Amino acid sequence: MSDIQVYKKSPAQFNLDQRRARKSMRGQVMMFSLMIFMTIMSFSMVMAYQADVAGFSKFLIIPSLLLFAAVQVGLQLYYFMHMSEEGHGVPQMFMYTGVVLSFAVVLTFVTIVWW
Amino acid sequence: MSSVAQKRGFGATLWDWLTTVDHKKIGILYLLGGGFFFIVGGIEAMIIRLQLLTPNNDLVSAGIFNQMITMHGTTMIFLAAMPILIGFMNAIMPLQIGARDVAFPFLNSLGFWMFMFGGIFLNLSWFFGQVPDAGWTSYASLALVSEGHGVDFYAIGLQIAGGGTLMGGINFLVTIINMRAPGMTYMRMPLFTWTTFVASAMILFAFPPLTVGLFLLTFERMFGGNFFDHTMGGNTIIWEHIFWIFGHPEVYILILPAFGIFSEIFSIFSRKRLFGYSAMVFATVLIGFLGFMVWAHHMFTVGLGPTANAIFSVATMAIAIPTGVKIFNWLLTMWGGSIKITTPMLWALGFIPTFVMGGVTGVMLGTAPLDYQLHDTYFVVAHFHYVIVGGTVFGILAGLHLYWPKMFGTLLNEMLGKVTFWFFFIGFHLTFLIQHWLGFWGMPRRVFTYMDGQGWNSSNLISTVGALFMAIGITVLVYNIIVTSVKNVRVANDPWGDGRTLEWAIESPPLYYNFAQTPLVRGLDTVYIEKMEGNASGLTPAEPVQDIHMPNGSFIPFMMSLGLFIAGFGAMYRAEESWGLPVLIFGLLWTFIAMAMRSLKDDLGYYVKKDEILRDMKRKGGQK
Repeated sequence: MSDIQVYKKSPAQFNLDQRRARKSMRGQVMMFSLMIFMTIMSFSMVMAYQADVAGFSKFLIIPSLLLFAAVQVGLQLYYFMHMSEEGHGVPQMFMYTGVVLSFAVVLTFVTIVWW
Repeated sequence: MSSVAQKRGFGATLWDWLTTVDHKKIGILYLLGGGFFFIVGGIEAMIIRLQLLTPNNDLVSAGIFNQMITMHGTTMIFLAAMPILIGFMNAIMPLQIGARDVAFPFLNSLGFWMFMFGGIFLNLSWFFGQVPDAGWTSYASLALVSEGHGVDFYAIGLQIAGGGTLMGGINFLVTIINMRAPGMTYMRMPLFTWTTFVASAMILFAFPPLTVGLFLLTFERMFGGNFFDHTMGGNTIIWEHIFWIFGHPEVYILILPAFGIFSEIFSIFSRKRLFGYSAMVFATVLIGFLGFMVWAHHMFTVGLGPTANAIFSVATMAIAIPTGVKIFNWLLTMWGGSIKITTPMLWALGFIPTFVMGGVTGVMLGTAPLDYQLHDTYFVVAHFHYVIVGGTVFGILAGLHLYWPKMFGTLLNEMLGKVTFWFFFIGFHLTFLIQHWLGFWGMPRRVFTYMDGQGWNSSNLISTVGALFMAIGITVLVYNIIVTSVKNVRVANDPWGDGRTLEWAIESPPLYYNFAQTPLVRGLDTVYIEKMEGNASGLTPAEPVQDIHMPNGSFIPFMMSLGLFIAGFGAMYRAEESWGLPVLIFGLLWTFIAMAMRSLKDDLGYYVKKDEILRDMKRKGGQK
């Protein structure tokens, strides 16, 4: 039933698409290296802690790990799952609502409720 | 799959209903299932009230009374109110946005069958003689010491039913986001669609905590986990938090669709556009959001400390503001309208004072110091029945009368409808108004009897008489439904004469593909706009008549749910019976095989041919 339609791209459209693809590829490779770098950092921090290297205390490492984790989640969503592109408004809204709600619950527990 | 009516055998009809993925039929199934459990829960309520009729009554024992209150609450919330509302959402919401079905028809059917099997599982506990008795909240300190399999029935039954609800919620969200007809912007959606949207979003965020909580309870009771047992380093308060993080949004999930139904009713029967539409939408969203911020107000007396109590107290009272906005908008919708007092309108009129009273006692209970006085008394019972019955059940009964023609093609008898209303309305206030005072006078909730000479006798008597009135009202309603169905007088597209939204521009009940041509929406209350501009059909098509793609029916959802149902029994008897573990594995395997069948076999649906649509249009004389 589905009629196959063939679109012929104009040269200008073709060039634009290519430029965009190149740009997106560049972004993805950069972010991928950044994520690898952060993973290596995380592992080496923990190993440094276990080897008792001076200056690597728990209070430095745990917040840094959490920060790296949050950044990696963001990069994953925006660069590899294309959330920055058009048409992702509703998923974004639901994800941020979920983040806000769970953050509020956790915040409540650690500040006023859990005793 | 012809739309031409033909006689079919009982077997074929049954098979059709078991395999249907049509949102209208699934809506009716939800209504039937929910209606059945509503009657069951109602009988349990009558037994509770008859037990409390006189002091030192021994109609039922203390143990059975605990089972009654637990099953009454659980059944009414999870198996009656929610499914019936989901039934209305299924039947009406796709019509309101001009869609031909929900986004995932297969998932819709799966959601229904999971609810139904979960509900049957829970209620089979009566036949096993081991019934949940830890209250509908099933607080861990009670649930863990409950003997027999009662609480296991609760945990597993709700787990299965809750999964179905979650699927329904996600399905509605995707439907509303993706399947609106051309021109149906978010701010042109009818209020019932909006409340469906917000309630579904709340289901999406609230049911996962319930799932987690029930899993913890299941593992604690059946597999030796120690999440809530303080002697093993657990904490019983964790359950309370998890339950209410789900439970408070849950009550807004119950009330918001009812608000949507009332908004439609006020607008239709005042023959006016809804006053303050955008404020109504904003209030709905705000209630949905705030609903997640107040769970600890159920736990003021747990001892969270003054800071937590104060913050949750203020947050609770804040909800009164958007709700007040809604109440005033309804009043102002009626203001200057040409009001028709039909049965749905009567319910809506009865709803406003009733719900306001429940809301006011809610603010009272939200005041933490006063809550210390009123906690676990009949005042609380009165409060939540005023909001849940006065809001949700009134909304369900109003919606039942309003949408009956759209779902079944016949109009419920107006006279009998009004008789139902007056019996139920008077009976309701008779039952629950006096319970506020019973609470003030110190009668605790969830007690199976009370001593003579405490001044509670006549109030309890009045309360029981009121409950009998409500039972009469519901009996009249059942009679009304039977008589109407037997007479079977078919009605036209818009039997109320003042329909404003898309569902009233098509047949009652709609053809299985809903819209011959997807409509073009030109504003809020689009059918009203079309009619005012002289388009008698109420619709402007947005596409030529063409083949329509439809999904095939499927028996797989039934089989998937059946597998989980069987696995539930296996899990429950795993520890003491040798057949438990094999049955658990067999049930899960059954479900996985059904899932594999769905995944591996492509089901691409079928097309309704243009000729057939043209024939249908000619038959009803709509096509120019």
